Amino acid sequence: MRIACPHCGPRDRREFSPRGAALARPGPKAAPEDWDAYIHQRDNPAGITREHWYHIPCGTWLTVTRDTVTHVVEATE
Amino acid sequence: MRFSGLRVLAEGLRGQRGWTPHWHDRSPDAQYDAIVIGGGGHGLATAYHLAKEHGLTRVAVLEKGHLGGGNIGRNTTIVRANYFLPGNSEFYSRSLKMWERMETELNYNVMHSQRGLINLFHSDGQRDAFVRRGNAMAAQGDDAVLLDRAGVRRLLPYLDFDTARFPIHGGLLHPRGGTARHDAVAWGYARAAGRRGVHLIQNCEVTGIDIDQGRVTGVQTTRGAIRAAKVGIVVAGRSSQVAAMAGLRLPIESHVLQAFVTEGLKPVIDHVVSFGMGHFYISQSDKGGLVFGGDIDFHPSYAARGNLPMAEHVMEAAMTLMPMIGRARVLRNWGGIMDMTPDGSPIIDRTGIDGLYLDAGWCYGGFKAVPASGAAMAHLMATDRPADYAARFRLDRFATGRGLMDEEGTGAQHSLH
Repeated sequence: MRIACPHCGPRDRREFSPRGAALARPGPKAAPEDWDAYIHQRDNPAGITREHWYHIPCGTWLTVTRDTVTHVVEATE
Repeated sequence: MRFSGLRVLAEGLRGQRGWTPHWHDRSPDAQYDAIVIGGGGHGLATAYHLAKEHGLTRVAVLEKGHLGGGNIGRNTTIVRANYFLPGNSEFYSRSLKMWERMETELNYNVMHSQRGLINLFHSDGQRDAFVRRGNAMAAQGDDAVLLDRAGVRRLLPYLDFDTARFPIHGGLLHPRGGTARHDAVAWGYARAAGRRGVHLIQNCEVTGIDIDQGRVTGVQTTRGAIRAAKVGIVVAGRSSQVAAMAGLRLPIESHVLQAFVTEGLKPVIDHVVSFGMGHFYISQSDKGGLVFGGDIDFHPSYAARGNLPMAEHVMEAAMTLMPMIGRARVLRNWGGIMDMTPDGSPIIDRTGIDGLYLDAGWCYGGFKAVPASGAAMAHLMATDRPADYAARFRLDRFATGRGLMDEEGTGAQHSLH
């Protein structure tokens, strides 16, 4: 699996660390249910998903659009 | 047909012509008392216990592919009860005792081999952690023996004791740990359930769950609608998809876990051995292949095949621990789809929809849990109350924060398990 870093170009998966689903973080006054949904509950799609990945060499956080069935990386931003 | 030594002998003399199929592939009826979605180890065990202990006579197992085609056929076959935390500890202890009776109870040879499991440690800190774990296992009534370096060397002389990057300080031996023939567990439960009248229906994919006023009324499948007042979801890595048919969102991510097997070799590894400084565990099958595995790839995946970086990590760990393995050739590698929960512990619970139950979240440890999971899920489906030994496997523990069972102590977050 290769991921295209916007700064460094396509790089090997070993340079990246996955952080999990790209979800909107609740505000400081959000209800406990919203935090539970953010931290624990997942759509967990078999197909296209959006995730946060960290590119270790250049220190950039990325939002990666990826297919969980084929491992194809469709977009990075 | 019952299996016995006499029967094997008689069939040998008669040219093996008297054997009959172990179970029958059924077409679905229009209605059942209970439906179990998923014909893997947990689903088949659930159906067996529904019929055996709870007297439900009209039970169906719906399997989208073939029986035992999922993770029960894709694991590294390890059976153990070396958990630490209340909740997990008593559950896996019970499960191991059920393993020890399984072959008699099912009248089926699952080749359960209690050859001993040795978790190696490589530092003083790890030794302390394993002493603590061993004490917890002993307090639960299970067996644990602390081995020093010489003790490990006596049992596992083939490890690299002299030049290893991470010196071996000792190991925790769990004598009743071991392996079993994984496919045979599915076949044994399928046969035993079928003999009690359970309908085993293959190539029948559930496409919808019918709910009326907060109560489940049946399921839609590729082979038509089937009515039932009780439906259990026992589908491992596909839990999120099936639960979504009932409008549920689960605290589960599906990840791929890889395993490997070498060509068949003469007997060389007599135990199950796990490395303490990397993700690597190994045993030798009765066929002679070295069966070994590592950690999940750490990004969600439904591919049932892994990426090379984790394969490389596993091979590196193998080489640093037992250099002799470098001469063996890997025959196959594969991946299973793990239903990972934030705290690494499972879920057997109601769902908030009457009559709909969930057995999921087995992470990378579902195989050894099969017997107790089936019994607990059957108890829950039949009585609407959790079995006491599985009462902590609650679906709402993440929302409330009460009763989290984080064996690794990393925090209850998806990216950490």
